[in-house]
Amino acid sequence: MGRHTPLYDLHVRQGGKLVDFAGWDMPINYGSQVDEHHQVRRDVGMFDVSHMTVVDLHGDNTRAFLRKLLANNIDRLQAPGKALYSCMLNEQGGVIDDLITYYVREDCFRMVVNAATRDKDLDWIRRQAEPFGVEVQERDDLAMIAVQGPNAREHVLNLLPATLRDGAAELKPFFAALNGMQESGWFVARTGYTGEDGFEIVLPEADAPRLWQALFDNGVSPIGLGARDTLRLEAGMNLYGSDMTEETTPLESGLSWTLAWEPAERDFIGRAALEAQREAGVASKLVGLVLEGKGVIRNHQKVITEAGEGEVTSGSFSPTIGGSIALARIPAAAGDKVEIEIRGKRIPARVVKPPFVRHGEVRV
Amino acid sequence: MSEVPGELKYTKSHEWVRIEADGSVVVGITDHAQDQLGDMVYIEVPEAGTSFAAGDACAVVESVKAASDVYAPIAGEVTEGNDALADSPELVNQDPFGDGWLMKLNPGDSSELDGLMDAEAYQAFLESEEH
Repeated sequence: MGRHTPLYDLHVRQGGKLVDFAGWDMPINYGSQVDEHHQVRRDVGMFDVSHMTVVDLHGDNTRAFLRKLLANNIDRLQAPGKALYSCMLNEQGGVIDDLITYYVREDCFRMVVNAATRDKDLDWIRRQAEPFGVEVQERDDLAMIAVQGPNAREHVLNLLPATLRDGAAELKPFFAALNGMQESGWFVARTGYTGEDGFEIVLPEADAPRLWQALFDNGVSPIGLGARDTLRLEAGMNLYGSDMTEETTPLESGLSWTLAWEPAERDFIGRAALEAQREAGVASKLVGLVLEGKGVIRNHQKVITEAGEGEVTSGSFSPTIGGSIALARIPAAAGDKVEIEIRGKRIPARVVKPPFVRHGEVRV
Repeated sequence: MSEVPGELKYTKSHEWVRIEADGSVVVGITDHAQDQLGDMVYIEVPEAGTSFAAGDACAVVESVKAASDVYAPIAGEVTEGNDALADSPELVNQDPFGDGWLMKLNPGDSSELDGLMDAEAYQAFLESEEH
């Protein structure tokens, strides 16, 4: 038996099909992954993401520490609640994890890291934090519910504590509101992983089942992790462990936009390796693919291009497009027509720039 | 609980076989199999005239989750593939024992049918797999 989130009993009661996900028993779907996917694109749905790890960083040197730890520049966060997406790299420039950091106060930043990389991340962060005297606090007392879809906001706002409601209503994308700045309380961020508008709500474990039930009673359907994956792929967002790994750098994973090279004197972990790679030229690139023939693209299938072979890093059926799409790492010199080897046959595909779908609209 | 119609024969790889009055057979995947695989998004059935030995991979069913081979329950020659599945793969989810059939076969050796499980044996097999 795996670990259970505080919403486990509700998942069972609501018909969730539970699978092992990074050591957690999580709902893969509640009946139909495709229906759940459409539900989020067209209306609103909610995900239990309590298996993700919230890490609070405390101490006067926290900002200095994050300047070193993150490849993106923490100095972009000056206003309380502002969020930053970044990779955390090893010395070779490989991606240890991708994460979101929120600015709470000058001596307190909050990070949300992936479930599958929890132990590795905490170990790395603690080791790097030590010389800065930064306290690393894992918040396993908190749960997390994501509500996503074009109608997400109206379904969420009236269920928030009164002290948070106005703040949450006014949030710009990629900002968070805190309940009276109390780290023990609710934390609502206008972030997500589906390419739709919505909120990610961090809250005390004891409050999570009540909010889930209230959202459900307010017409918000539970959505499994299966649809979360097809939604994020359509949104062109990388999945850690598939599209980026410790063996690949952000330059090879379509994440150059998350690298803050300026100021040049900011010596973040992995910088030297990335500069050397940029100088030497990056041999591969991560691209989007749309299958033009029949079939479904799957992870690790071979991509044949004029410039050599590549590999699918995330492939699936796209419910919104009604065909198959993928992210793939291919030679940098490859053109926009490729073939994918699917079960012994070569099927043509078109190279595109993700996202495939954004705010419900097909973009490729 | 998965549906297991009493009049059909079954394999351990979760295909079902219906024996028609004229001796031909219809093949599909079971309710249990479609439930495990989830939403079907692409199905490849063989063309008429293709021959298989028992246990050969004869069709592919792809759900959102994964691609899975379907194995020929007995040897035979395909007389018809269910072309409706090309546009409506979800028929396998909605009606696995009816409109979601995959192919019709002329058995090479009808005695092979005796080696398949009846509904009771398949039901017991499903229960044993769950434990």
